[in-house]
Amino acid sequence: MLAYIVRRVLYAIPILVGVNLITFLLFFVVNTPDDMARMQLGTKRVTPDAIEKWKADHGYDKPLLWNARENSLTKTIFFEKSVKLFALDFGAAEDGRDIANEIATRMWPSLALAIPVFLVGLAVNITFAMFMAFFRATYLDFWGVVLCVAMMSISTLFYIIGGQYVASKVWHLVPISGYDGGFDALKFLVLPALIAVIAGIGSGGRWYRTLFLEEMSRDYVRTARAKGLAESVVLFRHVLKNAMIPILTGAVVVIPLLFMGSLLSESFFGIPGLGSYTIDAIQAQDFAVVRSMVFIGSVLYIAGLLLTDLSYTLVDPRIKLE
Amino acid sequence: MRILLRIFLISLLFLAGCEGAWNDPYGETVRRGMTLYSSFTERPKHLDPVQSYTEDEARFTQQIYEPLLQYHYLKRPYELIPLTTLEVPNAREIEGGKYTVYDIRIRPGVMYQPHPSFVADNLSLDRRKVESLKSPYQLPLGTRELVADDYIYQIKRLAHPRLHSPIGGHMNDYIVGLADYAKKLRAADRGGWLDLRQIPLEGVERIDSHSFRIKVRGTYPQFVYWLAMPFFAPIPWEAERFFAQPGMAEKNFSLDWWPVGTGAYMLTENNPNSRMVLERNPNYRGEAYPSEGEAGDKESGLLADAGKTIPFIDRVVFSREKEAIPYWNKFLQGYYDSSGIGSDQFDQAVRMSIEGDVGVTPEMEERGIRLSTSVATSIGYVAFNWDDPVVGGASERSRKLRQALSIAFDVEEQINIFGNGRGIAAQGPVAPGIFGYREGREGINPVVYDWVDGKPQRKSIEAARKLLAEAGYPNGRDARTGQPLVLYLDTVTRGPGDKAAFDWYRRQFEKLSIQLEIRSTDWNRFQEKIRKGATQLFRLGWNADYPDPENFLFLLYGPQSRARSQGENASNYVNPEFDALFERMKNMPNSPERQRIIDRMVEIARRDAPWIWGTHPKEYSLRHAWLSNDKPNNMARNNIKYLKVDTEKRAELRAQWNKPILWPVALIALILVLSALPAILSYRKRERMAARPAA
Repeated sequence: MLAYIVRRVLYAIPILVGVNLITFLLFFVVNTPDDMARMQLGTKRVTPDAIEKWKADHGYDKPLLWNARENSLTKTIFFEKSVKLFALDFGAAEDGRDIANEIATRMWPSLALAIPVFLVGLAVNITFAMFMAFFRATYLDFWGVVLCVAMMSISTLFYIIGGQYVASKVWHLVPISGYDGGFDALKFLVLPALIAVIAGIGSGGRWYRTLFLEEMSRDYVRTARAKGLAESVVLFRHVLKNAMIPILTGAVVVIPLLFMGSLLSESFFGIPGLGSYTIDAIQAQDFAVVRSMVFIGSVLYIAGLLLTDLSYTLVDPRIKLE
Repeated sequence: MRILLRIFLISLLFLAGCEGAWNDPYGETVRRGMTLYSSFTERPKHLDPVQSYTEDEARFTQQIYEPLLQYHYLKRPYELIPLTTLEVPNAREIEGGKYTVYDIRIRPGVMYQPHPSFVADNLSLDRRKVESLKSPYQLPLGTRELVADDYIYQIKRLAHPRLHSPIGGHMNDYIVGLADYAKKLRAADRGGWLDLRQIPLEGVERIDSHSFRIKVRGTYPQFVYWLAMPFFAPIPWEAERFFAQPGMAEKNFSLDWWPVGTGAYMLTENNPNSRMVLERNPNYRGEAYPSEGEAGDKESGLLADAGKTIPFIDRVVFSREKEAIPYWNKFLQGYYDSSGIGSDQFDQAVRMSIEGDVGVTPEMEERGIRLSTSVATSIGYVAFNWDDPVVGGASERSRKLRQALSIAFDVEEQINIFGNGRGIAAQGPVAPGIFGYREGREGINPVVYDWVDGKPQRKSIEAARKLLAEAGYPNGRDARTGQPLVLYLDTVTRGPGDKAAFDWYRRQFEKLSIQLEIRSTDWNRFQEKIRKGATQLFRLGWNADYPDPENFLFLLYGPQSRARSQGENASNYVNPEFDALFERMKNMPNSPERQRIIDRMVEIARRDAPWIWGTHPKEYSLRHAWLSNDKPNNMARNNIKYLKVDTEKRAELRAQWNKPILWPVALIALILVLSALPAILSYRKRERMAARPAA
């Protein structure tokens, strides 16, 4: 297994180089270093000298990908800005603030929202799907599916705005937006977490229901029932266990990405997490932050895939990673 | 679902244990004393006064830093008064007008806020000690008196090689020796702290501990206005030395993050992602609330606190609100003391009478919310590129085309449709409230308006068509080629909502049978096109830096051409007579003679019509009944020290407006339980069955 992990980690290196290159190209297709300087310096009274000075100070006064004058690949913006990422040295944002420090600060609010949403959402979706599977082909199953389709047809934004309107504006139960540290965070997280879980029930419930129904049509389920096992035992002890591989495929891969936060919820609920950090950076044309966040996202996604593979061996002893 | 319900009920129990309303977003620590609650949308990029230049940042920096001068809070037109100086410095010409000097005397006894940089031991910290800090204020704090050297130090920082002052290039043209000073600093810079005290600057001279002199090239009367901006706020050398220590940058401890000032407030919590907190500076000397204002101020209660020592407010909590809906709802719940009005909320907040009077709606009135309006010292316009062969240039043909378009483009309709009536149609480049602006009949643009029944009336579309025909485009076709006239408007795309505005623009041009092509792009490309002169028409705006007509008229000054010299004249307009008059006017004090010159310049500009004179926006803001002394000020943002809050009234109304309503929660719980019952019964029935029904 160790060899497998090492091989996967080595595979990750060219993938990360590629992701970094694509991010770089996409960013600089729409932004030039001059644009970045103007964005930071403002549009009033900015002289060409000031722009050149900003570029030189921030290392954007070199060629993008190939330094023809010095016949060098290393004396370029791409190389100088990218190579440090692999040592997890994110450097400073274009406004001078340390990116690693920002990430360390902002990951906690993101996790405080994402972890409960993930765990509760998973539990609710599986329970609801089991419920529909248990009552398959009855009116409960039918209306359950109808409810799922209806819920997944509604925009997340509607859940957010509707939830804020009802729970905070009309019923005055929780703050409409904001965030605070420690236990005070709870009153700010209840509503966004609840909304995120409810918004995910439609798609999650249907997906897991399909998985369970597929498992329930297998021979071992008939055997279990023939043995006289109660339906709940069949479902929870046999069907759920055998449906774990597809569940894990979807669930484990997103665990590391929880760290990246939620773009929409964080923005609407004023939660100072990494999702809003990324959005702010894109709006401010802060390449240093965009590059760092994309890099971290890629690393986490690769880690998620690796974790998924490893988790297969835990739930299915027949699988061996070689 | 039941798990969810349990979590929700536990949360409710938790909330029930909280003090105050359940939906109160503020913790106990920020509720103490007289606190003002406000918000911000964009996180500030720079709080270092040498770099900060945006409105968003000024809301913080102008409470903390004290430049030499400030604007009178109540008087209009805007008037400069001393802040840390003993008087507004007078300009004194020397060497036959080759230079102007300003002798500045600092008020004695002005103290800095408590800060660790004023404790000698904190200037040589161990890296591990720095790494263990969560805030610089965990270190022992000290203070000292403000001296002239601190202002000199800051002026030198305008040329600092690692700081990027947006006005550095501009000041190079005026402060004697500043450009050379920047070169000297570049040569001396070895990284780390650059001790500017050791390198003298020719144009700034220390007279004594509380006096200094600034030497400016030529005559530049507008220089005193810059002295009222944070670019000219004092920076103690100790602060730069303190933040240059190893490990500080990695902790985001810098002057850009932790300001050090002499102002009424100091920044004690800096989380620009979520919340910024200002607290009263315990070393602040105090200042008397103004005893004079403009007409109507006394009646509106703005002089009720005349002569009292300010500031009144102990703490200001700025919460970050990125979205308009939560922000507006929190204002209505009483969790923000004042608010602007977005387009989506306008109808809910404001009602207009048939006579054009504006007031709040009954819903707002019921809550005691009051409305303030002011015309901004800014202008939004549609510019013609003077270098364009069709719409640009001084020819009769292009001039009449521009004039015809200026008449056809119905600014009043635009203000009503897209601005909810919030703005006034511009008659020229100078904004109201600025010297040179003329009201009434003598102030109208005769190219576009007639004076009818005591008010300006836009000329008829027939007049525009006549001008268009005289320009050689009868019925919107080029008389020489017979081809329809197609014009191109460059603009920035903001979102799907722009479509209605673009359609409206096209309709204005269609009145003259002219086709308008909208070329919308992103901000960067738009700016690039203007810089390269690759536009025909484009939308742009200007917000005044200071209340002087020079700050508007220079936008049409030929040598400021954007395409030719990267200046602020984005339309690249050139008129030798206008330029010559500008040269004379810019250095004059306000006087009848200056007014005459401005009148002539405005007349030339109106005739040449390099812009479709667009709109001076009208700013509407709402405030709750418990907030007093609030007067809009377009020139300065240091208004918090004048504000006052009736905290008891606020607490009472908040509690009244935010009583939790619990019965819907109980009802939902009941519905969930009842809906689960059939499933439970069915489950039990199935478990007791002998055989499975066919699927």
